[in-house]
Amino acid sequence: MSVAIAVARTRDLFAATMLTGIYSLLSAGFFVVMDAVDVAFTEAAVGAGISTLLMLTTLKLTGQYESSSRPLQRIALVVISVTAGLLFYGFLDMPIFGDPAAPIHQHVAPRYIQHSAEEVGMPNIVTSVLASYRGYDTFGETVVIFTAGIGVLALLSYVRSREDVSQAALAPMQPHIILRIVSKILIPPILLFALYVQFHGDYGPGGGFQAGVIFAAAIILYAMIFGLDVTLKVVNPAVIQFLAALGVLIYASVGIVSLLSGHAFLDYSVLGHDAVHGQHWGILIVELGVGITVASVMLVIFFNFSSRVDKNQDSHS
Amino acid sequence: MLAHLPVLQVIVPLIAAPCCLMIRSPAVVGRFVQLATLATLIISLGLVREVLEQGVLSYALGGWQAPWGIEYRIDPLNVYLLVLVSLLGTIVIFAAPTSIKSEIAEDKQTYFYVAYLLCFAGLLGILATGDAFNVFVFLEISSLSSYTLIALGQDRRALWASYQYLIMGTIGATFILIGIGLMYMMTGTLNMHDLATRLDNVSETNTIFTAFAFLFIGVCLKLALFPLHLWLPNAYTYAPSLVTAFLAATATKVAIYILLRFVFSVFGAEFSLTYLPVREILLVLGLMGVVFASTVAIYQTNVKKLFAYSSVAQIGYMILGLSIGSAAGLMATLLHMFNHALMKGALFLALTSVAFRLKQTNLTNMAGIGRQMPLTMAAVVVGGLSLIGTPLTVGFISKWYLVLAAIEQGWWPLAFVVLFGSLLALIYVWRIVETAYFQPISAELSGVREAPVGILVPMWVLVLLNIYFGIDSQFTVSLSELAAHSLYLEGR
Amino acid sequence: MSWLAQYNYWVVIVLMMTGFYIVIASGNLVKKLMGLTIFQTSVFILYISMGKVRGGTAPILEPDIDLYSNPLPHVLILTAIVVGIATTALGLALVVRIKESYGTVEEAEIQQKDNDQC
Repeated sequence: MSVAIAVARTRDLFAATMLTGIYSLLSAGFFVVMDAVDVAFTEAAVGAGISTLLMLTTLKLTGQYESSSRPLQRIALVVISVTAGLLFYGFLDMPIFGDPAAPIHQHVAPRYIQHSAEEVGMPNIVTSVLASYRGYDTFGETVVIFTAGIGVLALLSYVRSREDVSQAALAPMQPHIILRIVSKILIPPILLFALYVQFHGDYGPGGGFQAGVIFAAAIILYAMIFGLDVTLKVVNPAVIQFLAALGVLIYASVGIVSLLSGHAFLDYSVLGHDAVHGQHWGILIVELGVGITVASVMLVIFFNFSSRVDKNQDSHS
Repeated sequence: MLAHLPVLQVIVPLIAAPCCLMIRSPAVVGRFVQLATLATLIISLGLVREVLEQGVLSYALGGWQAPWGIEYRIDPLNVYLLVLVSLLGTIVIFAAPTSIKSEIAEDKQTYFYVAYLLCFAGLLGILATGDAFNVFVFLEISSLSSYTLIALGQDRRALWASYQYLIMGTIGATFILIGIGLMYMMTGTLNMHDLATRLDNVSETNTIFTAFAFLFIGVCLKLALFPLHLWLPNAYTYAPSLVTAFLAATATKVAIYILLRFVFSVFGAEFSLTYLPVREILLVLGLMGVVFASTVAIYQTNVKKLFAYSSVAQIGYMILGLSIGSAAGLMATLLHMFNHALMKGALFLALTSVAFRLKQTNLTNMAGIGRQMPLTMAAVVVGGLSLIGTPLTVGFISKWYLVLAAIEQGWWPLAFVVLFGSLLALIYVWRIVETAYFQPISAELSGVREAPVGILVPMWVLVLLNIYFGIDSQFTVSLSELAAHSLYLEGR
Repeated sequence: MSWLAQYNYWVVIVLMMTGFYIVIASGNLVKKLMGLTIFQTSVFILYISMGKVRGGTAPILEPDIDLYSNPLPHVLILTAIVVGIATTALGLALVVRIKESYGTVEEAEIQQKDNDQC
């Protein structure tokens, strides 16, 4: 909490970014305490990882300090006190924290806890609900990520000329031998870990989204150490865009298969010889689709941001 | 396959979007998108037939029954809006292959089409779903893609407008998320139908009051209700004209739909309109919106901005209909949603063709344009007449029902405000007509020709619809009446 | 009702308002997005807090445990986190472009330049 207030006070944006990262990591810790391990995993990967990285890349372009003017301070104080008052008023009547008799634990959720084992057959209830009971939300979520990728492409992509490529050939960190060797050792296990998270989501925390982020992180690490252009030779941007679309389509194709066999959209039970088997297959394929889209969109976002930075620095120098 | 129509309505454009990214070539993608939207339109008409024959349709996604799974629930209200959104989305996109040549760089055109389809699918998804959290997910799909679409505008102010919209829109969406969370906390369910029955037991609590307040403010931000409209004029002005035509015709209507859905179906008319002072708040804000935004519109020099402010005013009318608090008032709101979409679609498409030839839409540069682009300006005139509310146009129909509903309640002053608003509309439309027809042609316009057929055809289709539904209003009136009555019945 | 028992929710309010304050009051576009992130995260904490059951454990089925926390809020928040990062990424992309075309990321200066242009 004090970290958040520190973010509000500091004018050094670099410090604020770091503090926001710490804040995310702390809230991830809080989520573990609250039994939400999947959420904690994601928050740590996204809030403390990807979004901090993006913020820093942006700051590289926009400058580190904000100006001192805060024109709307008074209005802001009025607005937030009204909102806070409203929330405070509303929170007075809420069920007591952790109370097992609260309505939220009495309706809808009990079925997930008691019957998901025989209906879906996964030990991790969060995965069952995410990918099956509320699988359509997750499909929507994949599309949201895809939309963000399209947005970043539409805003930041540009046609790179030959000169750009040859000029920026030198990687920022190339001289650091230690970094190069360490990262060469690290990257394969990270990729392996991503695969483990991808396919182990049924049993423990994890799943397509987290795996996608980790997978992308490995490649981003490679790009940071060995330079963007080397990486782009290995991982072709057009292929990544294709994969981003493919992931969504893989997810959708599961739905279409169930439509064609006369069941509701995303009804996995038709995929196997019995319903539970079908659920297994459905979740596996769907999570794969999510993983592919997330990993490729993360890469699309990162590549476009950092190549934009390169381009601007070239034009300044 | 008929049973699957509810879900096909949304997933056809949703699945077509990633396919576009794979095809890549803008020319092919353009045709493909037209096909996809056309299919969506046919599906929505099919849904109208199904709903009229069978009543409410329920579709359990993933085969899980609500409230455990997500449900698509199609009733007269959302089928009416599904037709509206797919009709406008389809007509507007037929102007795209021609118009984006002048407004969007070649290498960005594919992304434009993908974002357009995603926005389209997002709006349809909000309409079709019967699950409160699913609303949030699809709201974000449509919002993120509309930020992208707006930022594709050529002026750098498009970026700034898009950023402002992103901040406001995200605050709005987060408020909605808080509201949904609080409702979920008190009831344990996310399904709207289930919420409606379970909220009765807890409707007296502070928490539900707060939930309502957050939802209400969040939706009002999204629908640009005065005084939360600040993001709208710039976003509409600097976005590519085609995007403005699409968003002005559909996005705010969908936001109003969310409001109606929560006010009537989830909380119930009795709770929201009687127990809380919502009617009074809406009445005041709607009146201020009509008068203030119409007045500001008169002083605009950019025609796109002029019509953007006029949109804020028209939203005011829709809110006024709602504040009357009777089925007749609600029906006027619903009619005006449809009719306003037709007017603004036609007007902004006309501006698309102006922008195609002139590269901008400043009124001062449009002197004498009526003689150079007769068909385009004729469309502006018809659209403008409709906006004022002259008989034989759709604008007359909705104003007529609004005034009737006001008089039915004995609210004479409201009827006068509606007429006063029409007077203000007359002034700003006249300014355009005067410049376009009665001023001498400026030198720079002498070489300008009429817009290409690719834009003219969709534009005139919309203009003719303006007249058609102004004369034969049976389709819109009967459907909106059915929807209004079913909402009031539900609330009881 | 015990005030201390609702401790989580009071924290949520403070966090939410801190984030909201940054969004409105800060003139720097990057900082606004940071505020938005904090604002959204506080909502995540709200959802996760209501899912907690005293004495329950993480909702991964084990043979000898029968009290679990509510999995549904976790699922919703997983989705919301993804939506959050998508918004942040798009917002930052816009900031990059704004910096390129306006040469600044301060709200006041951008307004100034727009007014000059008109």
